[in-house]
Amino acid sequence: MLNKQGRPTGNEAAANAGNTGFQSYTGAKGLDQPELLIYEIGNTNHTGVDLPEVEDFETRLGGLERDQEIGLAGLSEPEAMRHYTRLSRKNYAIDMGLYPLGSCTMKHNPRLNEKVARFAGLSDIHPLQPISTVQGALDVIDTLAHWLKTLTGMPAVTMSPKAGAHGELCGLMAIRAALAAKGDERSIVLTPESAHGTNPATAALCGYKVKAIPATTEGRVDLEAMKEALGPDVAAIMVTNPNTCGLFEREILEMADAVHAVGGYFYCDGANFNAIVGKVRPGDLGVDAMHINLHKTFSTPHGGGGPGAGPVVLSEALAPFAPIPYVLAGDDAFDIVEHDVEGGQSFGRMTAFHGQMGMFTRALAYMMSHGSDGLARVAEDSVLNANYVLASLKDVMSASFDGPCMHEALFDDRFLKDTGVSTLDFAKAMIDEGYHPMTMYFPLVVHGAMLIEPTESESKQSVDQFIGMMRHLVKAAKDGELERFSGAPYNAPLKRLDETAAARDPILRWQAPE
Amino acid sequence: MRYLPLSSDDRQAMLHKIGAENINELFIDVPDNALLKGLIDLPKHMTEMEVEQNFQAYSAASVPAGNVPFFVGAGAYRHHVPASVDYQIQRGEFLTAYTPYQPEISQGTLQALFEFQSQVAQITGMEVANASMYDGSTACGEAALMACRVTRKKRIVISGNLHPQYIDVVKTMTKFTDNIVVVDDPTVNKSENLLDQIDESTACVIVQNPDFFGNLTDFTALADQLHQRKILLVVVTTEIVALGAIKSPGEMGADIVVGEGQSIGNGLNFGGPYVGLFATRQQYIRQMPGRICGQTTDADGKRGFVLTLSTREQHIRREKATSNICTNAGLCTLAFTIHMTLLGEKGYRHLAKLNHSNAVKMADKLKALDGVELLNDTFFNEFTVRLNKNAAQVVEQLVELDIIAGLPVSRLYPHNDDLKNDLIIAVTETTSEDDMDMMISELKEVLSC
Ligand SMILES: Cc1ncc(COP(=O)(O)O)c(C=O)c1O
Repeated sequence: MLNKQGRPTGNEAAANAGNTGFQSYTGAKGLDQPELLIYEIGNTNHTGVDLPEVEDFETRLGGLERDQEIGLAGLSEPEAMRHYTRLSRKNYAIDMGLYPLGSCTMKHNPRLNEKVARFAGLSDIHPLQPISTVQGALDVIDTLAHWLKTLTGMPAVTMSPKAGAHGELCGLMAIRAALAAKGDERSIVLTPESAHGTNPATAALCGYKVKAIPATTEGRVDLEAMKEALGPDVAAIMVTNPNTCGLFEREILEMADAVHAVGGYFYCDGANFNAIVGKVRPGDLGVDAMHINLHKTFSTPHGGGGPGAGPVVLSEALAPFAPIPYVLAGDDAFDIVEHDVEGGQSFGRMTAFHGQMGMFTRALAYMMSHGSDGLARVAEDSVLNANYVLASLKDVMSASFDGPCMHEALFDDRFLKDTGVSTLDFAKAMIDEGYHPMTMYFPLVVHGAMLIEPTESESKQSVDQFIGMMRHLVKAAKDGELERFSGAPYNAPLKRLDETAAARDPILRWQAPE
Repeated sequence: MRYLPLSSDDRQAMLHKIGAENINELFIDVPDNALLKGLIDLPKHMTEMEVEQNFQAYSAASVPAGNVPFFVGAGAYRHHVPASVDYQIQRGEFLTAYTPYQPEISQGTLQALFEFQSQVAQITGMEVANASMYDGSTACGEAALMACRVTRKKRIVISGNLHPQYIDVVKTMTKFTDNIVVVDDPTVNKSENLLDQIDESTACVIVQNPDFFGNLTDFTALADQLHQRKILLVVVTTEIVALGAIKSPGEMGADIVVGEGQSIGNGLNFGGPYVGLFATRQQYIRQMPGRICGQTTDADGKRGFVLTLSTREQHIRREKATSNICTNAGLCTLAFTIHMTLLGEKGYRHLAKLNHSNAVKMADKLKALDGVELLNDTFFNEFTVRLNKNAAQVVEQLVELDIIAGLPVSRLYPHNDDLKNDLIIAVTETTSEDDMDMMISELKEVLSC
């Protein structure tokens, strides 16, 4: 078919060119442009900033002047903009599509939150400027603390921890300090097999031995096995609820009672709080300490790996051992307590300054936007979306456990048996379909795990399309279309990367060619 | 609710597919009395405009550093960040991506991390760097733990001139692992003899350069002495701009270098999020904490980047991991890298020189005042003065005059009477001559009455 200018209107020619596989001169595939490292584009003489001249002066560096070249490559502003814009386009992101990473809660990041976090009175303030000049910031921290305590039904919260794992450390240290105060030194922490890796790693950092508790065939903590392992030497249980199989721990109250009965504490990993926010309060479940990943439930952006924030709510029993600093609301002003009081029992300081203020602002803006009504709906819609995925895929994929699930649905690789396709291959084929894969090979309690968390940010249309895509790939796997999987991804900026070579012979920085 | 796309029709249709009558059927596993019957006692949802207005009010109740002559440093520094940095880190492809677990669709984040690690290694003068820690203070705690793993010893000796909150963090992080932490007294203007503190069981000595009070030290001789006794030298830098002017810790023989990277690319943000820098020698990489990005090739032989050496990390090693860190400072490392790329060698060195020259100017002006003694012989962009009055009270008086004069040392050392008249003053490229003159004339008044 020809248009008025007599050119072909379809893209047959282009498609054919693609199939003949000719290589472009630049290595680009249209908008997919390869990009060199800054060191290969710029050099030590380039710069993208203009700074005022410096007049001659007598230095006070005591003869310590740096006289060797550092080797830093510089780029002018247009070069830098282009470099990082091109790099950004090689990333998948929530803004581009459903991001079903289970346990990670990849929900929409409202831009309002970015805007308010940049207001000068909240961002251009120094952690050590006089307390009378940071009252607005302390008000934000105090208000956020109030929301967190109310949502969890817990009496106290500490805002210091910088992420979930840091929160775990905070909770376990409070527990260890509380036990020490009673002269009760214990040595063991119990974690379920399904626990996230940070749980045992944290327990070890706190000087505890870790004992794993098996899961039941229903994907929950084996209460009987736990009771058997409990004793006077157990400091705490660390249980994730909803758990990493995406299930609510039905016997949570019994677990809490059991650990309390032997004088231990209940640490709850709150990474999955999104499923129950506004619907269930951990304080009603016998929890003594729980971290909340503001970068999950309360939508502060993941930023390619961080930053996060992990405030920890604490029971009355643990509150006196909370780290410093903390904000005190006085009658007419806020204060921040930076040193333990006389005779105080704080276990110490976890970080310089006062925690992740930039995340606090964003999280509070998110909470205020939703309100108590919106937050309960967050939980409901996230659980609804996950159950919808489970219901729509369980006839073709192997669901690991019976539903209903919470905010994520767990499948394993039984449905791929005898297809020659592994969980990894399946995930990589999803990339060719324009999706980020789900969490793979976690939790460890099922074989070839695939943990799908759609979040409440997805419309029905979006979830339907995802389901359609998954069903299509399952069919392809069962039909023996091996190549589609074994070589995937074909359409990403790069083909599958050799991770073994990377670890065998690590190249961790750029080196000038000889 | 503007963030929730499901309509009531959608919800009905989905419940139908699931085979549930109502939403609470999906919460069936929650113990009966724990499922809330009504809404939690918190305000209902707000419009975008209402939320914004709330935050305008919060913001108006603080005094931004940029509105007044401002001289506080002590581990966080006010620098000018180019507009393009903040634009780039708000691109959705960077902002709304997760940790790069799927390298084929995360090359943007990964390549930027590789550039970050390269820059950090170069600046610190070390062979390798990781992909960040939470901040400088927790990086310092991790360095102490790593030194104990490397040397298989337990004693940690800390300079009294390390930032006091960093000292506290090291103490906390090593509190329950049988470590012994020995801390020297702070000495504003005398040199420390750290060698007196070491013994056979010592794993490392931790020092800071420029130190908490702003002094510069050559640690080359200390490094040699420690190495003869198989003890590691950990050097902390809380003002990374300084390394554009002074010899790097690597050149002095440091084994582990940690730092706060906030100064480059990141704002003050009332203390966080910041970016912890962590660099060491190649021989120790398998003992390093945190994520590491490495170069490799794809199935077509093209260069690409992946997270590597993950057998050190919690998701593989669990209780035997080198650290429990998972989420780190991701986006703050990106801001660091973009700003550093805009600076380049030339800009970085020039920025350092500008900071130093401004600080020298201010130190000279202060020195000329009655009642002010400059305690430092050497400094970069921060120094300590001893006033003829209580420094905290002077700062309070100057706040009334819209000047934020510096950090009274007593805020961090409330029980040390020797330090109560000491004020730490930071000067950066953002400090104007007018700022300096306003501070000088008001300080003169306050000190003389
Ligand atoms: C179940 C669980 N626990 C703990 C963590 C650790 O949280 P963070 O990455 O914020 O340190 C995560 C997140 O990755 C998680 O999914």
